[in-house]
Amino acid sequence: MRIDTAPQRDPAWPGRVGWMLALLVLMWPLLVATEFRPWVLLDERSLGPTLGFLAAFVPPKLAPEFLALVGRETWRTVAIATAGITLALLIAVPMALLATRALSISALAGRMAALPFVLRQATRWALIVLRSVPELVWALIFVRVVGLGPTAGVLAIALTYGGMLGKVYGEILESGEHHAATTLLRNGSGRLQAFFYGLLPHSAAELTSYTIYRWECAIRSSVILGFVGAGGLGQELDNSMKMFAGGEVATMLLVFIALVALADRTSAWLRKALA
Amino acid sequence: MNSRDPRLLLPPPIFDARCKACWFTLGLLLLVVASFWSLDLQWRAFFAADSIASMRRFIGEFFPPDLSAAFLTKVAWGAWETLAMSALGTLLAAAAGLALALPAARLHDSDRARSRAPTRLLLNALRSIPELVWAALLLISAGLGPFAGTLALALHTTGVLGRLFAEALENAPPGPGFALRAQGVGNGRVFLYATLPQVLPQLMSYTLYRWENNIRAAAVLGVVGAGGLGQLLAFHMGLFHMGKTATIIGAMLVLVALVDAMSFAARRWLTR
Repeated sequence: MRIDTAPQRDPAWPGRVGWMLALLVLMWPLLVATEFRPWVLLDERSLGPTLGFLAAFVPPKLAPEFLALVGRETWRTVAIATAGITLALLIAVPMALLATRALSISALAGRMAALPFVLRQATRWALIVLRSVPELVWALIFVRVVGLGPTAGVLAIALTYGGMLGKVYGEILESGEHHAATTLLRNGSGRLQAFFYGLLPHSAAELTSYTIYRWECAIRSSVILGFVGAGGLGQELDNSMKMFAGGEVATMLLVFIALVALADRTSAWLRKALA
Repeated sequence: MNSRDPRLLLPPPIFDARCKACWFTLGLLLLVVASFWSLDLQWRAFFAADSIASMRRFIGEFFPPDLSAAFLTKVAWGAWETLAMSALGTLLAAAAGLALALPAARLHDSDRARSRAPTRLLLNALRSIPELVWAALLLISAGLGPFAGTLALALHTTGVLGRLFAEALENAPPGPGFALRAQGVGNGRVFLYATLPQVLPQLMSYTLYRWENNIRAAAVLGVVGAGGLGQLLAFHMGLFHMGKTATIIGAMLVLVALVDAMSFAARRWLTR
């Protein structure tokens, strides 16, 4: 066959165009629901303030007392994340141990007995609910109960991340090698002994690495929680934005980008060292 | 008897100045203690009897959730708005991410990829600012409402997807592209007919994964005024309408569970 008898045009062209058009028609309700009007951005009334705000970004505010404030709030952000993750571990570890099938004694003889099965399933559902409520909603609720301040942020992170960590810990324990743990259980060791000597050695690296990854995510969350009054960098950012203080916003965004990059690097380095 | 027999050696001492794990653990403990110490958390206020009672009253107010037809329609509209924001934001981000992934990737060996480093820097900046902060910034130019939220989701997700897409493009098998290039086909058509078809399933699966994340994010974006269920939540919680708040949180849970199930099914269908 000569090469120039090959079709010059894409034979699937009509089909591709048809699919594109169908997609556009399907997208129409989405555009309506999201009030998608890009020209609003170029409207005089919004363009003016936007440009003014952006122009105020340069130069970023670098006054010493402001930098000291930003430094203090950055530490608070990290501290909220760290304290939250520590409390989350207190929730996650016991619940993961309760939820994992790998430590079931009745399942050694075939099917798990009814009561342990219900207990495990209930624990798993509790973890899923904890995890599905966004941390911002928890924070809104706790701000009502304990008032503005870092306590609400720490509790919100503890609950959401407790659910996430617990669920994933359970899965990691179940996906690992069970042989050692089952042997220990069959020979009459307790569940905790089977966990420490049979399950943990296999999965310690993976568990630690996931925890570090979540700590990194928690730092990002703790900035966001500041927007509902849980303290830290987010709260200062929110205040400066409301006052249209472009220079302050620019400094804090830069600090924030640096913080996230640093957490990213630290977490990648630690996880590599563990592997 | 040989004392170097591994069975007779003592286990290593727990602390050793050259043991990295010990220093790491020590550092971690210091970090945790410093965090708790510097935050002056109000545990006493939190666990005090009257606070527990007020907590109980507060939770009690959530019940019964407001299930009147009028309010349910409002919540359903909020959920639809959230869903539309996340879907449109993800679509826009997929398009922008692909457009930015091309300059951010080294497409073939003789590609000098001068734009790679600056584009990656841009993608990293987009990615490291969370959706909520983007939304708060965009309120100034896009006004209150779901449009700001959609753009905020799109900006953050562009950073995430652009980087993932660039990596997928760089890791695509070079064979088909090389064959076309050897025939003198231009870069655009090499991408469309050789590289894209190979990486498309992977790009779709990344996009679906991000969509799933974005629904969670879209549900709370409204707290700063960017539309969706979050806006309803912030409004009713601000007015202490606890029954209505409970309904909205329930709707969020249902939405997230629904999306998890759908995305799971779709991914299984794609990787079948």
